[in-house]
Amino acid sequence: MTGIAVVGAAETTELGKIPHLSQHQLHADAALNAMADAGITAKDIDGIATAGDRPTDLAYYLGITPTWVDGTSVGGCSFMLHVRHAVAAIASGQCTTVLITHGESGRSGVGRGGFPRAPASLAGQFEVPYGPMGPPTMFTLPVLRYMKDYGMTHEQLAMVAVVQREWASMNPRASFQDEISVDDVLNSKMIAYPFHLLECCLVTDGGGALILTKADRAKDFPNPPVHILGTGESVETPMVSQMEDLTSSKAFKVAGSFAMQDAGISHADVDHLMVYDAFAHLPIYGLEDLGFCKKGEAADFIWEQNTAPGGSLPMNTNGGGLSYMHSGMYGMYALQESVRQIRGTAPAQVPDANVSLCLGVGGMFGASGCVVFGKEPR
Amino acid sequence: MDKPTRALPQPTPETQHFWDGTQADQLLLQRCTDCAHTYFPPRPFCPSCSSRSVEVYAASGRGTLASYVINQRPHPAFDGPYAIALVDLEEGPRMMTNIVECAQTPEALQLDMPLQVRFEQVSEDIKLPLFAPVTNAPNGANT
Repeated sequence: MTGIAVVGAAETTELGKIPHLSQHQLHADAALNAMADAGITAKDIDGIATAGDRPTDLAYYLGITPTWVDGTSVGGCSFMLHVRHAVAAIASGQCTTVLITHGESGRSGVGRGGFPRAPASLAGQFEVPYGPMGPPTMFTLPVLRYMKDYGMTHEQLAMVAVVQREWASMNPRASFQDEISVDDVLNSKMIAYPFHLLECCLVTDGGGALILTKADRAKDFPNPPVHILGTGESVETPMVSQMEDLTSSKAFKVAGSFAMQDAGISHADVDHLMVYDAFAHLPIYGLEDLGFCKKGEAADFIWEQNTAPGGSLPMNTNGGGLSYMHSGMYGMYALQESVRQIRGTAPAQVPDANVSLCLGVGGMFGASGCVVFGKEPR
Repeated sequence: MDKPTRALPQPTPETQHFWDGTQADQLLLQRCTDCAHTYFPPRPFCPSCSSRSVEVYAASGRGTLASYVINQRPHPAFDGPYAIALVDLEEGPRMMTNIVECAQTPEALQLDMPLQVRFEQVSEDIKLPLFAPVTNAPNGANT
């Protein structure tokens, strides 16, 4: 255990299309909801972390005077890293109460900065000239190699989206709730072979925020604490072409194994799993790199409904980036779902969810952060 | 295939030799003279053992198709769907590229097929290393 807990958690009031709010206000809406959830105001917060926008912007905007600041920005899993850094900062006395915010006008583009890749960067020199057009043509690049090496079929890849839609069908806040079949996925528009539209994440607007403090202060807050049992992080490469192994994420392995050891848990202890799913192959890589499945067996594991409602390892129970929402930096929503499951307040609640593992990815396969949450401090 | 709208690399002092090499129809890699590790992209030290003692040498230009996607969305520099590909070079490193002299279809683009480098002038200063299937290729090898 880390001795640190989540005592406030919330998403933006709305999700999906929110053209009437700027990106900063999406942060603020989620942050204010999280403060209300924790029964505190900005005056009680002395640490702030965010990604995509500068922590300076949000501290000023929200009226926070921090003694600790983290602007780690490694893509969509940045918030997992913020949780980890906040745990260390609170434990060492650099601050007492940390706000981690995320807001992203991914669909409407209101007040949103860009992510340019400079022509002199390594990616600008050695990837961009060959015509990649964002994540659908980059995150997806390794999967044909996986399919050939491990015999995964197009139908198996499609099943990832089908199972996650099963979860989304139970979630009134999910962007897409109508159940779909493997054929529906394979008949949807081809975006970048072998990826069809329904194997790619949504593009939506939204935000989320977490408030962390020492677990022994938990009685001061209205909701039961969600304990942070362990954390891990790593980075591999800013270029998907330079992954050490096209069928595995080194950052997943490092972050995941560190977090599980830190938490003192084994695979059997995990009741609920979130694996950041910007594209349908990510849960397959995640299940294997975390060690829940042997190499080459995760697609069968999903096909056999083990991660579906009623299965032995419920995964991406909000519907995931494929069906719930995906603003661009989805990691915050995966964290929110883990917190809801441990609190027992998720729309598709898993029975007896005492330990939840949340794995994030960022900058294609560039970075990873992992957080293990628990109902009890262990 | 190429029009002026393809994004162009901007060489840095650490990568200039690579782009000078492609201008001369050579695919240049770097090798550590301490541990013999060959690596890409360019940098003036070995990412395996941190030695600054490295040398530049011309690669064979041969490789195999490691993976790819076929982008369906229109890109101003390409006519119709095009493959963004990864090639495993004979010397070890992997690089992103496009496949030329080949239909941009899953049937034509078979993983592990042998490839040979081609150099395509995309601006006055830049030639990009692209790759073609070996089977129907005239001999463009640099050895």
